[in-house]
Amino acid sequence: MAILEIIKYPDPRLKEASQPVQAFDDALRDFVADLEETMRAGPGGVGIAAPQVGRFERIVIVDVSGMRKLPAGSSNSGRLVLINPEITEWEGMAMGREGCMSVPDYTGNVIRAEKVRFTAHDEFGELHEYACEGYEARAVQHEADHLDGMLFLDRLVSRRTDLFRRKVYQQKDKR
Amino acid sequence: MSEHWYMLTLVGRDRPGIVARITRALYEGGCHLGETSMMRLGGNFTVMMMVQYAGTAKALEQLVAGEADSLGLKLHVDRVEGGRQQAVEPDVRITVYGADRPGIVAHVTGALADAGLDILDLISDIGGSEEAPIYILHLEGRALQGIPALASALEIVKGEGVDAQLTPIETMVG
Ligand SMILES: [Zn+2]
Repeated sequence: MAILEIIKYPDPRLKEASQPVQAFDDALRDFVADLEETMRAGPGGVGIAAPQVGRFERIVIVDVSGMRKLPAGSSNSGRLVLINPEITEWEGMAMGREGCMSVPDYTGNVIRAEKVRFTAHDEFGELHEYACEGYEARAVQHEADHLDGMLFLDRLVSRRTDLFRRKVYQQKDKR
Repeated sequence: MSEHWYMLTLVGRDRPGIVARITRALYEGGCHLGETSMMRLGGNFTVMMMVQYAGTAKALEQLVAGEADSLGLKLHVDRVEGGRQQAVEPDVRITVYGADRPGIVAHVTGALADAGLDILDLISDIGGSEEAPIYILHLEGRALQGIPALASALEIVKGEGVDAQLTPIETMVG
């Protein structure tokens, strides 16, 4: 096991899309163990994506179970190793503050779905279905973005944006 | 060569292109920009900029005085401490709104300060109709005495005829 080096923006590799994992072998599981150790050593410790350590494969880990106090409204699915994750359903919107191990010393407000459903393989190749909400759902969406070369910086909302207004616009759009 | 940090403030009538002209003058004068905040307040242009510059406050003023004069802006420069500091994270977001009346901001922020709120960011707007204006106050800060203390302070304020929302901020770092 080893703590891997986190690549930091403006390294252009963070904007690259990652490739699906093909082989669910020991090499993959070794990498997942290193990725997990790297995540737990980080400042947030609740999520990490493979491209953050320079491996451009669709692998993320999310684990909110170790938080001192789980934020209200958050699901807690324990340790999630998500390989080739596909978000299939988004519901609701919530503004929340995010930071990123690849963007040190800056946090900003981002709007995410309140609830998501998604499928993903585990490190043994088995396919699972998940539903998350709140803080955990935010972590899953943040990490899944990394696999598409998206950073939370791409989704920042201005300090004058308020969610109430956004919701009103949404309802108008639906008419 | 030692670089100093200055706070440069410009206020005046708004028109397109002010920021571009001022920042170009600063760039050409060898300044480095830090955090800045520009806002239109009541139709006026306002900007505050952290500027790093090797010269004196007077020299910095002279760098932008030409543009500021021709744009009709009031210019103010202060030497300040700091520059790039470790970001301070807010842990609570509060929105207060209600019928506009004298003293509303002082009253609400006073009650919140007593309950341990350290404000990091505040924006307020006036909305509603001319006859019945409403005041909307958005702030983010640190709850130095915990969120429950702020929540109970807000309950008291709400009892006095304003509406308020408090949302804890749980920053997700991933
Ligand atoms: Zn990230």
